[in-house]
Amino acid sequence: MMERDLNDLRESYESGKTKEASWRESQLKGLRRFLMDKQQDIMQALMQDLGKHQIEAFRDEIGTLIKTLNLALKSLKDWMSSKKAALPQLALLTSAEIVPQPLGVVLIISSWNFPIGLSLEPLIGAVAAGNAAVLKPSELSPACSSLLASSLTTYLDNKGIKVMEGGAEESQQLLEQRWDKIFFTGSARVGRIVMSAAVKHLTPVTLELGGKCPAVVDSLSSSWDIEVTVKRIIVAKYGTCAGQACIAIDYVLVEKGYCSKLVQLIKLYINKMFGDNPQKSKTISRIVNKHHFSRLKNLLADEKVKESVIYGGSMDQDNLFIEPTILVDPPLEAAVMSEEIFGPLLPIITLEKIEDSIKFINCRPKPLALYVFTKNQTLQRRMISETSSGSVTFNDAILQYAADTLPFGGVGESGFGMYHGKFSFDTFSHHKAVVRRSFLTDFWYRYPPWTLNKLQLLQVSYNYDYLGLLLVLLGLKRPSKHVISGHM
Amino acid sequence: MEAQKQKMFDEETASSVVKELRDSFGSGKTRSYEWRVSQVKALLKAVVENEQEIVDALRSDLAKPPLETVVYEIGMFKNSCEVILKELKQWMKPEKVKTSIRTFPSSAEIVPEPLGVVLVISAWNYPILLSLDPVVGAIAAGNAVVLKPSEIAPASSSLLAKLIGKYMDNSFIRVVEGGVDETTMLLQQKWDKIFYTGNGKVGRIVMTAAARHLTPVVLELGGKSPVVVDSNMDLQVVAKRIISGKWGLNNGQACISPDYVITTKDCAPKLVDALKTELVKCYGKNPLESEDLSRIVSSNHFARLSKLLNDDKVSGKIVYGGESDEKKLRIAPTVLLDVPRDSLIMGEEIFGPLLPIITVNEVEESIDLINSGTKPLAAYIFTADKKLKEQFVMNVPAGGLLVNDTVLHLVVDTLPFGGVGESGMGAYHGKFSFDAFTHKKAVLYRGFAGDSSLRYPPYTDTKLRLMKALIGGSIFGIIRALLGWS
Repeated sequence: MMERDLNDLRESYESGKTKEASWRESQLKGLRRFLMDKQQDIMQALMQDLGKHQIEAFRDEIGTLIKTLNLALKSLKDWMSSKKAALPQLALLTSAEIVPQPLGVVLIISSWNFPIGLSLEPLIGAVAAGNAAVLKPSELSPACSSLLASSLTTYLDNKGIKVMEGGAEESQQLLEQRWDKIFFTGSARVGRIVMSAAVKHLTPVTLELGGKCPAVVDSLSSSWDIEVTVKRIIVAKYGTCAGQACIAIDYVLVEKGYCSKLVQLIKLYINKMFGDNPQKSKTISRIVNKHHFSRLKNLLADEKVKESVIYGGSMDQDNLFIEPTILVDPPLEAAVMSEEIFGPLLPIITLEKIEDSIKFINCRPKPLALYVFTKNQTLQRRMISETSSGSVTFNDAILQYAADTLPFGGVGESGFGMYHGKFSFDTFSHHKAVVRRSFLTDFWYRYPPWTLNKLQLLQVSYNYDYLGLLLVLLGLKRPSKHVISGHM
Repeated sequence: MEAQKQKMFDEETASSVVKELRDSFGSGKTRSYEWRVSQVKALLKAVVENEQEIVDALRSDLAKPPLETVVYEIGMFKNSCEVILKELKQWMKPEKVKTSIRTFPSSAEIVPEPLGVVLVISAWNYPILLSLDPVVGAIAAGNAVVLKPSEIAPASSSLLAKLIGKYMDNSFIRVVEGGVDETTMLLQQKWDKIFYTGNGKVGRIVMTAAARHLTPVVLELGGKSPVVVDSNMDLQVVAKRIISGKWGLNNGQACISPDYVITTKDCAPKLVDALKTELVKCYGKNPLESEDLSRIVSSNHFARLSKLLNDDKVSGKIVYGGESDEKKLRIAPTVLLDVPRDSLIMGEEIFGPLLPIITVNEVEESIDLINSGTKPLAAYIFTADKKLKEQFVMNVPAGGLLVNDTVLHLVVDTLPFGGVGESGMGAYHGKFSFDAFTHKKAVLYRGFAGDSSLRYPPYTDTKLRLMKALIGGSIFGIIRALLGWS
């Protein structure tokens, strides 16, 4: 079954159909229609899989996808066009350009936390770039996976784009096939498996992984500023799939002296936003499944960690709900501070001074995102130049996801490659160098036999003009007059 | 230096080299423009002050003609340095990007930062260029580097170790010489990037090792670069340009050398005649004696190439050349006509001075023929037919493509140089070298003003409407939502 499907895709690709601008446009429009027509179904599926609120569903998945599709449709012609490359001085070349071409048949493996967004955002790039594609949504978000397999496909060309559902076994089978690119969003553990499988056919990969995204909070003096900060932190943690997001704030770093003020405000605003009973407010997503629920529960099992919980902590196993929880200074060796949390537990780590956060962050694997809440421009500059992360956002969080002009991707343990906006198109393209020459006569310098005399003559006149010498030797530039007369 | 070489390069040594470089990198010294420029200048100086030694090393390793060394190994590298020195300041600057109403008010930029400690593994055919070109790119991007030159070009490897040891800041840049064992030890370490030039088999070994540490890689591999020759061309010029790209490049031992020719049955004999005439002009009647041709690098490769010639399927197809001298490891420029598609010589990258010519009825058939194989690093076509040119450009996947010449696209540093499919992944040259060793960090600046309650729970229907309008970006949509009309 899989083989037949893959043959279809390769035939489609090889027929040249997917390269046509008209095909790409029709698929992108199909995707957009799917999102508009089926908004209710999508929101329902997200509610079913994750208890995700409509606003989150729209803000993080449907809305951002529509934005991306509008951009892609508007920019497609420009993205597809060849770009002229500057030629070296007076080189006798007609033209040099970079021609973007599709890679072929690509595989997109997405994850369960933004099952629509993380499936379709890469797919938009793949299709815009003219590839045929297979999408393998996560089986841990079954309602969304099923919706994509049954409903999305009715809006698209099924010979060029396929959705293949399944779990580890199906993924393994897919990874054994020949792909021209693999785009993976998920954990580092599976990322290694994907990259190792890609070796067989020398398939290039993009790995969008995770990490512990820190939020550094400076001791802000203005009460307006700190309140906005707190609100943004709460949304970036509890208000984004209950913290189950690769760019969710994982933990906070703050100066000792400022900690109690910060905690007090966080508690206050959690209450304002979610009421006395956050579970009842139906605003916060639930934990995706029992396995992750147990994992999160175990993070708080340790005595010392339990002691550090100063707010929240209650868990409803039947409904897979964990309320917004705050910890202050849990032990740094505990799992809650060494593994990516991916849940609604927020550790706050206190430091002597805020600048210590730089060393703290650098001792740990490079995160996908770094958030810094400060007006201190020196601290801002130091953060950028002295730490490394996929991205840095000042005075806000998560928002960078919506910026199409910024590349979205990791570094080190948080992955490699990038996408969003034109970067998506580029990530699924091969940028072919094309040079066209005119049929002018060549110069004798280019061809043997080479005598010492010839060489000396040229070197003398081009002593420091390395490029000039090179071009003359390759017959791409007329040698200067006195060299020619010297040879005569 | 000698004593260091004798000491066994084991796992402990490898990991301590990486640790030292990591500590050095951690000092932040490579971040400065001044440090990077000083190192690029030092490397340039190393090459300029030792040109004769480089020419000699290449003569020893490959009997490479001095002019080839001057042009390709030294000349191209010097040019890379010049480009870096001229443009590095610009490359290092953060790139401001536009922001939209969705993140308003905000400003954003892309900040290039070094990856950290990188490994460059180079090849034997252009041992100086393929070592130093990636290394200088890595340095320009602010990384610490370990270079592992090819042991199959030992004089060059040894010279590189000496020059880098003498001219460069060894806390940041090191050379590790050796073969399979040393390379394996190095590949076990955690690198922030690995840049490999060589063949697909070892490329896979590199990528497998990289996968363990989630290390991104650039693989510059090879393939069978085809040359399509259309009829009605000035065959003397075509022949000369093929010769220059084939035998003029290390006697065919180059990743972008024309590997084989496809031409029409009518054109083939005329092309063969042109090639014969021009080959004699370039290399004389006794090409085995010509000083203007590299020798075959090793007896292994000599045996490999001999086997291709001795294949039953190609006996009787040699129309020019075929002579060889095993003792001197020399093979003369050889042209074969009408070789069967299933012969050995058409089954693998030749990487030597043998040029098979395949004939077709119509020149258009060449496109399907090329596409039935794996994607090559380069593809060439000689034609005046505009339609055929465009068909070729759009429908032949290859790393790079050149119309009416061979190889020269390599010199245009504003073009990315790299493969696709089996010919590799990633690219370099010019700014692409800098980018290959850089992480493009997205930076978004927001203030505390301009906060909208629309983002925060409790969530209401109004908020949902407003959000839809805001993401849609239309001002009317926003007004309508605010007034409760959508």
